[in-house]
Amino acid sequence: MLEIFSLLGDGLLQSFEPLNLFMIFAGCLAGLFIGAMPGLGSVNGVAILLPVTFLVPPTSAIIFLAALYYGAMYGGAISSITLGIPGASTAVATVFDGKPMARQGKADQALMAAAIASFIGGTVSIVMFTLFAPPLANLALKFGPQEEFALMILAFATFIGLGGDDIPKTIFSILLGLVMAAVGFDIISGKPRLIFFDLVEFQRGIGFLVLAIGIYGIGEMLWTIESTKGKVQVDTVKVTWTRFVSSLSRIKEYLMTTSLGAILGFFVGTLPAAGATPASLMSYGLAKTFSKDPDSFGKGNISGVAAPESANNAASTGSMLPMITLGIPGSPTTAILLGGMIIWGLRPGPLLFAEQPDFVWGLIGSMYVANFVTVVLNLAMIPIFVRVLAMPFSILTPIIFILCFVGVFATTDRMFDVWLMLALGLGGYFLRKLDYPVAPAVLAIVLGPLAERSMRQSLIGSRGDPFTFVNPAEHPIALACIIVALLLMLYPAYLSFRKKRAKKAVA
Amino acid sequence: MSTRNAELLMAVGMLVFSLGMMWNIHSDGLIIGWVPERGPGAGVWPFWLSLGMALCSVWTLVRWFKGTTAESRNQSPYIDPESLGLVVLSFVLLTAMIFLVKYIGTYLSVALFLGAYMRLIGRHSWSVTLSMMAGSIVFIYFLFEWQLAKYLPKGLPVFEDAFLWIDNFRWEYLM
Repeated sequence: MLEIFSLLGDGLLQSFEPLNLFMIFAGCLAGLFIGAMPGLGSVNGVAILLPVTFLVPPTSAIIFLAALYYGAMYGGAISSITLGIPGASTAVATVFDGKPMARQGKADQALMAAAIASFIGGTVSIVMFTLFAPPLANLALKFGPQEEFALMILAFATFIGLGGDDIPKTIFSILLGLVMAAVGFDIISGKPRLIFFDLVEFQRGIGFLVLAIGIYGIGEMLWTIESTKGKVQVDTVKVTWTRFVSSLSRIKEYLMTTSLGAILGFFVGTLPAAGATPASLMSYGLAKTFSKDPDSFGKGNISGVAAPESANNAASTGSMLPMITLGIPGSPTTAILLGGMIIWGLRPGPLLFAEQPDFVWGLIGSMYVANFVTVVLNLAMIPIFVRVLAMPFSILTPIIFILCFVGVFATTDRMFDVWLMLALGLGGYFLRKLDYPVAPAVLAIVLGPLAERSMRQSLIGSRGDPFTFVNPAEHPIALACIIVALLLMLYPAYLSFRKKRAKKAVA
Repeated sequence: MSTRNAELLMAVGMLVFSLGMMWNIHSDGLIIGWVPERGPGAGVWPFWLSLGMALCSVWTLVRWFKGTTAESRNQSPYIDPESLGLVVLSFVLLTAMIFLVKYIGTYLSVALFLGAYMRLIGRHSWSVTLSMMAGSIVFIYFLFEWQLAKYLPKGLPVFEDAFLWIDNFRWEYLM
């Protein structure tokens, strides 16, 4: 325990270095802005801005991106409340009570509650992260390729069991990502695979960043252009600093639900398929259930704003836990961070804690600082942000397209990848319009090479014994993961069976 | 095209794509079976996962015929006709920008794209448009070429030479 404190102290000191502190400020600001823009969320921001972070050392880069991640969670609430449209999917639940509050002229109170709740959610979850991460990483140190592979199966199974999307389409998306990750030279036999149309360029494989920027930059923007028709209606909301501060006293009304939401959000956030959006919806439901006055929800109850905001912030921290300790991202955003870590030359996984303590603890330290900086920036700048939201979409859209193009080229130095990004973006847009989830594909292309390697290593190590993954004597953890994964995959089938039986009973 | 037809077309397309990948692996002569004592061959992962993709596509097709999915019952247009023009125009401009990089270089094509987008879609005034165009060039040059030391494509030699002059100026006076 004492060791954790001293390491955390080092991490905090590191995050106070001028460059890192600047990165925190820049990241929070960028995140607040990106989160507040309708249609853009943390995952888009992290994907589009990842190439820019090659400017600074890896620790500062991840600090910037992590700060952006929190900032976006805060920022999402701004447009949910003032515009009545969620700034990101993670802030959907905030609209339910945020919009009625704004209609009643209480936008300032709602914004204040969102900011304070986000801060509480962030802080509670970071403390939990600090306590859980080192023991989990220690446990993971004992993992061999069998356990690694089983964990990845578990990660994908969460998408099937808990993702809530169409099952065949979800499985298709996972497999598509895994197959795309296999393009290029085979790491074990050295043979070229899936070189489409005999194009030499495919020998280097399909970079995850090309896919991520294609889908979350190009595809998402096309989607936003279509759904908003290029126009975002801004109703100006009167927000002044003095009224803002006076609404601080309402904190006791929502303190309880906020703390509950934070704990719930953290645990939901650690699951790869769940994350901030379901966490905030669940937290909203929980707040309504435990409320003395559940009927006031949806009509402008301040707890209805605070509960989801606390949960989505906590979930963003929660999703970092499996990424840092196990090398399994807890959300699409952390999948992109994980891919970034590979580009920076770090090896994600349990060894990260032992081999790169500066990196890990610098990041943890920065989470504390970033959370504080975001709440201050948010509170200080909300009146300005409300005005920035009026920025025309016809300026923002081309800027994002340009950043996608230059970002991909700067990372890979190949025009081929830029064309590939365009094609993947268009494909992602078409698929998404038909309800094919895209997040599993992004996660799969990042984890694909690691999954295939760990599977084949296990099999080579066990002289080709396929039962090595479920051998209770040698790999009990792997067996447990695979059993849970199977249960998760069967869960939707069980649900539909129960539904059918209930229907029959009614008939 | 209705969403219903798009769903069918996509599922068939993805089925063909999956089968194509399986054929690709097979014709490359990669081992898709078990190597005794060593486990799976190089082609196992992509081949069998592609088969899984094909099966998922068949599954989607079956559900389409039975009308189980929401998309297979949806007769409304696949892309909202009101914003179809906007989506197509955005995509065409974006494609044109990437295409022109080879000839006029990153900077000019980026500025032209931004200008065209802002004028055609946003209908912004010339003063705003021109200042954004100039700003984008300066920003990209400063961030990528200068700070990240990344060479961005400059296009035909005449544009390349112009940038040599700017680079020289930077090295001479600003570094």
